[in-house]
Amino acid sequence: MTVPSSSSRRTAPRRLDVDAMLDRETVLVCCGSGGVGKTTTAAALALRAAERGRKVVVLTIDPARRLAQSMGLTMLDNTPRPVAGLDASAGGELQAMMLDMKRTFDEIVLAHTDAVRAEQILSNPFYQSLSSSFAGTQEYMAMEKLGQLRSTGDWDLIVVDTPPSRSALDFLDAPERLGTFLDGRLIRVLLAPAKAGGKAYLKVVTAGVGMVTNVLTRIIGAQVLRDLQTFVAALETMFGGFRERADATYRLLKAPGTAFVVVAAPEPDALREASYFVERLADDEMPLAGLVVNRVHRSAAASLTAERSLVAAETLEERAEAPLAAAVLRVHSDRVRLGSREQRLEERFTSAHPRVPVVEVAALAGDVHDLDGLRAVGHDLAAASAAGAPGRVAAAG
Amino acid sequence: MSSAPPPVRKVRGRSLGKIVGVGDFDGVRLHVVTGKGGTGKTTVAAALALALAARGRRALLLEVEGRQGIAQLFDSPPLPYEERKVAVAPAGGDVYALAVDPESALLEYLEMFAKIRHNGVAARSLRRLGAVDFATTIAPGMRDVLLTGKAMEATNRRDRGRHLYDAVVMDAPPTGRITRFLNVNTEVAGLAKMGPIRSQADRVMRLIGSPQTAVHIVTLLEEMPVQETVDGVAELEAAGLQVGSVIVNMVRDPLLPAADIAAVARGEVDSDAIRAGLKSADLDVPVELVDVLIAESVDHARRVELESQEREELIELGRPTYELPLLADEIDLGSLYNLAELLCEQGVG
Repeated sequence: MTVPSSSSRRTAPRRLDVDAMLDRETVLVCCGSGGVGKTTTAAALALRAAERGRKVVVLTIDPARRLAQSMGLTMLDNTPRPVAGLDASAGGELQAMMLDMKRTFDEIVLAHTDAVRAEQILSNPFYQSLSSSFAGTQEYMAMEKLGQLRSTGDWDLIVVDTPPSRSALDFLDAPERLGTFLDGRLIRVLLAPAKAGGKAYLKVVTAGVGMVTNVLTRIIGAQVLRDLQTFVAALETMFGGFRERADATYRLLKAPGTAFVVVAAPEPDALREASYFVERLADDEMPLAGLVVNRVHRSAAASLTAERSLVAAETLEERAEAPLAAAVLRVHSDRVRLGSREQRLEERFTSAHPRVPVVEVAALAGDVHDLDGLRAVGHDLAAASAAGAPGRVAAAG
Repeated sequence: MSSAPPPVRKVRGRSLGKIVGVGDFDGVRLHVVTGKGGTGKTTVAAALALALAARGRRALLLEVEGRQGIAQLFDSPPLPYEERKVAVAPAGGDVYALAVDPESALLEYLEMFAKIRHNGVAARSLRRLGAVDFATTIAPGMRDVLLTGKAMEATNRRDRGRHLYDAVVMDAPPTGRITRFLNVNTEVAGLAKMGPIRSQADRVMRLIGSPQTAVHIVTLLEEMPVQETVDGVAELEAAGLQVGSVIVNMVRDPLLPAADIAAVARGEVDSDAIRAGLKSADLDVPVELVDVLIAESVDHARRVELESQEREELIELGRPTYELPLLADEIDLGSLYNLAELLCEQGVG
């Protein structure tokens, strides 16, 4: 007897055609909350695209050590390096790099100002702290690096991993936040003394500015304020360039050829974050390719229900008979239960976002830390998108 | 809020590392909970607050990342910048919660230290100019000083000579950022050699670097979270911060007999015997299905083996280590009590 799957989907989501996406797009941005396998997904997509014949670079933010090693990422040098072990028979190429946030920031400074001023900026304590710890610097620099890689014209496809943001939204906000900062009235207040020429400004500025400066001194102290003023004054010359780049990156993200891949695990928090992200991308009119749900537990024997399996296990245990068979049944029951819980969570997402294509990747027993592992994930991504859910074997009985 | 907590699920008798009797953290008043994303750090922080409030005590649960995760856990509306009672702890104690947002913390700081009234002209024009935004999201280190400063204020607050809270639990940023977050002194040192920010950072550091503060790291028995835990412990220690415990979350029961794990992991399973066993329990299933079932058990056994390797690594850290089970259903208030109870049994609070 064939028992139909007890939890057939109410809403059949569209399937994400991974291979078509890999062959078509020029920029793929992988995003999602921390701990969902975002970096692994980005690396697996890049490897698969390269082995399908494209010239690919993957920009990772903070890869696990062994995964980084397997891709030859032993140095944080901000330059793409070829990945050894690639099957290049289809004519493709794969390079990988890790983002060096501070160095990327330094490069922007150097590119946008003269040597003397650059030196002033780079040695300012404010800059040093800002370039390595500013909330959003990592996000902004990832986007900056993407823009740089894109402008070389060397790549058919650029795959970007995004920082494990406190909230996935940070990363879209980074260019805008920078813009707001640079255009802000506060900046103008801070610049007032520099513009008016030293202490003379006190006579010409309005009482409002004077009061604010006074308050700022009380809050952050005179020395910090002076450093900040020097820093802002030095930076001012490159504001135009900064702004332009932030806008250009934002436009690049919206341009045809760019697609966002939202990555999640079948867990309530990760799927909730994925929902926010999908909505936010829609608000900003950013092109969403689809959702990758990692580490999904499906059973190819789901026709044997969790309940029947458990009853049989208990029967054997009561009779103190076939302990291993009983344990095997318990493992199965557990897996089916976990699978249907995951499916319920996923259905919650798909009913809220019925038009978002979804693809599932099966959970592996261990972590991925070599090219074969990445290849297997890539294969799984493509196979799941072509064939749908894993095949089910019918239970008789 | 749900009514009575459900019966406690007994933790398996796998004691890890050094588990010291009751109240492993006597003397610790500020508990900082960190962990890699996806390890359930917020849930564990909430359970820890419940455990530390048990038996008539009072704990404050602090959120600093603006996610309103605590409100979701306790099924309450988004938390304002105000300490609210969110739960009654086992055997009568109170858990309060507060979502610290940097802007409110800054205005409070201004009121306390610069005598600038939060609704006065100066505060309003600062806000209008974007100074609050600037200081809280852009000025490096400032934000962290404000957030940790609020934790310090709550930890030290007294009411009629006694500490108002017996314990303050902070749901802190993830492991990758925790040392930098707590080490506010170093963070602002390059910027401010003196002045009000520096003094505040110094005060914060005196508490955070003292035995009154402990950092707990939440992990799973998986490679990356364990690696981050090991790295995190090293970083925290190098910065002179006290690592409290390692809390292993979402531990799954091994379902196979211990003696069979190694053989099953190698794929050495007699499928005829399994099939016969199933048959005697009235499950007459085709061979292919038996093979699928066996493959699932092989997977399970391999994972159990990997998990025990990861567990070994954690034990080597030599910290008190607690384990919390993977819950079959979504976390609700009932399961938080459950987890709190398990923490108490294992020696927390």
